[in-house]
Amino acid sequence: MAKTDNNADWNLAPAPESTDHIHIDKRYELFIDGKFTAPSGKKYFKTVNPATEEVLAEIAEANGRDVDKAVKAARKAYNGVWSKISAKERAKYIFRIARLIQERAREFAVIESLDGGKPIRESRDVDVPTAAAHFFYHAGWADKLEYAFPVRKVSPLGVVGQIIPWNFPLLMAAWKIAPALATGNTVVLKPAETTSLTALKLAELIRDAGLPDGVVNIVTGAGATGRALTEHPDVDKIAFTGSTDVGKMIQRTVAGTDKKLTLELGGKAANIIFEDAPIDQAVEGIINGIFFNQGHVCCAGSRLFVQESVAAEVDRRLKHRMESLILGDPLDKNTDVGAINSKGQLETINSYLAKGKKEGLTMFQTDCPVPEKGFWCRPTLFSDVAQSSVIAREEIFGPVLAIQTFRTVDEVIDKANNTPYGLSAGVWTDKGSKIFNLTTRLKAGVVWANTYNKFDPTSPFGGYKESGFGREGGLHGLRAYVNLH
Amino acid sequence: MTENISRKAVDQVGTEERCARFKTRSIKKEAKVSGLKMALNMIDLTTLEGKDTPGKVRQMCYKAMHLHDAYAGLPTVAAVCVYPSMVAVAKASLKGSGVKVASVATAFPAGQSSREVKLEDTRIAVDAGADEIDMVISRGRYHAGDYNFVYDEIAAVKEACGKARLKVILETGEMGTLDDVAFASRIAIAAGADFIKTSTGKIQPAATMPVTLTMLEVIRDHYFATGEMVGMKPAGGISNAKAALHYLIMVKETLGQKWLDNKWFRFGASSLANDLLKQLVKQKTGAYQSGAYFAID
Repeated sequence: MAKTDNNADWNLAPAPESTDHIHIDKRYELFIDGKFTAPSGKKYFKTVNPATEEVLAEIAEANGRDVDKAVKAARKAYNGVWSKISAKERAKYIFRIARLIQERAREFAVIESLDGGKPIRESRDVDVPTAAAHFFYHAGWADKLEYAFPVRKVSPLGVVGQIIPWNFPLLMAAWKIAPALATGNTVVLKPAETTSLTALKLAELIRDAGLPDGVVNIVTGAGATGRALTEHPDVDKIAFTGSTDVGKMIQRTVAGTDKKLTLELGGKAANIIFEDAPIDQAVEGIINGIFFNQGHVCCAGSRLFVQESVAAEVDRRLKHRMESLILGDPLDKNTDVGAINSKGQLETINSYLAKGKKEGLTMFQTDCPVPEKGFWCRPTLFSDVAQSSVIAREEIFGPVLAIQTFRTVDEVIDKANNTPYGLSAGVWTDKGSKIFNLTTRLKAGVVWANTYNKFDPTSPFGGYKESGFGREGGLHGLRAYVNLH
Repeated sequence: MTENISRKAVDQVGTEERCARFKTRSIKKEAKVSGLKMALNMIDLTTLEGKDTPGKVRQMCYKAMHLHDAYAGLPTVAAVCVYPSMVAVAKASLKGSGVKVASVATAFPAGQSSREVKLEDTRIAVDAGADEIDMVISRGRYHAGDYNFVYDEIAAVKEACGKARLKVILETGEMGTLDDVAFASRIAIAAGADFIKTSTGKIQPAATMPVTLTMLEVIRDHYFATGEMVGMKPAGGISNAKAALHYLIMVKETLGQKWLDNKWFRFGASSLANDLLKQLVKQKTGAYQSGAYFAID
């Protein structure tokens, strides 16, 4: 039979997203009172591309005085403009931000992948569109708050301090800023130090949208900047997304003050596969649950529970599927697994891999080649993990899955709930009654049934136990930014 | 016989999501050129019309061997697919080319006939020289739950095929659910299918990505369980190069490189070839040529 040259494997050619249209300044200042302002300490830190270890830009480091300036600007904007204008006008500004994000979607996606290491497919298809969706959704609420909270008078809190993590830099900024503005608050936001760029681009966009000066202020920096913000006496509320350790510190700091607080912290979610589940789709859910964004996801399905009768079947299919994952250049449109966000995070993940091996667990990693420069971790499984294993107990925040098996429904619920965390969970079964039984008994803020990692601005997100309190998104998310009378 | 065959569930939403992922793969440059050539080489060039004549079939056979002589180094298609009455003509035209002759049989496309007629139909095609037989399952019996009947019929046709390879058409457009697509695929493979095939091309929808993915996953399960390879043929509805490349991505990521060969994967199509050719020429010259430059046989 006449043939083509089928001896060679059919592999995809590189398909990198162009960076020609991207402009990144050499240096970024603080965004305070509508203007980019040099930091009073004159200190800057570097932000690097984790896929190449190249420096992308220098970012201003805000100290206590800068944070104070930002809070004062926010207070002035709150008293002078934002609490005075009609809700309908507020909505227009928020709509404008949403539309501008859509217009500049490609630019935001590329910068997000450059600065954070996530695959362009994700920043393009998830992060940026979902960020725009959050602004659209909350713009709609701005003049309808009385309907959100019937028979109550609704008023804003004032100035809110918001601190966000590095895993979804733009999206987390949207989750924080959109509801705060819609409910009439003004904002001082601190992005994570490894991923400031899209927040600063968002600052440019907010300025271009014509938002009154001081309504949104963005102060960049590391832990000390965050501490200055949480300790500031004129901040009415702190909203924090990040690690449980830092969350606890913040809660101690605000204790005894009038500050309101919402925390969205870590997780160690159970993803539960029953024997009657659609296995291939469940495998896809496992992949999406733990390898989405290199596992840098607080709601990642990092503990897999498989019913023992299908354990071998799932294991074989999961490993087979993992081998088709493409790891590499985050800007390549075919990349499934990008770079680990920072050197520090890679070291953390590697220390867990070492601990897992030391515990004698069976470790599986895919065969995919790994680039020489940059921070990378192959998709990894640990099987036969004990409930007491450090791999099953602690949040690794990387592409590392702990696999356990179970026999009965009661057993898996006990094991799934046996964790200090309670952010999310997944259930896979073809049987509806089983889903309802589990969703009522799992101590998790979000339970996905026959899917995983689905986000929508209309749906509240948040945790139980040490995964935090307060909800973001939906009606419940609005509640965290208003006083009711 | 079919009592032990798994009725494992397939989730429609999850399957569609996975298919959407295949479509986000970006296939450029040399990967595109080799993918387009591979797709050409996997085509079952098909004519199944009441108006088919020996002359028309001979023209199609010439095209099968000479897809576009202006472009050097092109492969031939995998096979031509015709009615039993045209098998001898096709066989003679394709002599020595390596292009196979596939024939539909078993009272194609409706399958509304007796077992005797279906088996005789098959034998006539095989005796005329068909290398491959594309049969239809008895859909009425399947939907009535008479799975053993369906199984027996496939096994009987397989026996009538002798050395010819058997492709079993499920007519997934009449199946209704992916659960049934999977179950019918398992029955066909258990009964001896060498290939499983989505559609006759006579009803809509014909091949879709979710249906094809479900069938590929059954093939993979069978391979995992037994080490035996089974072929896959989506037919109808794949008329452009981009879609064909997405199907190849799906095959590669679901089954692996081994299936990227026309022994194990085929496209049942008539108009796909010219779009693949058009894209290949575009890769070489940078310009889309008019359809008038490509033969319509």
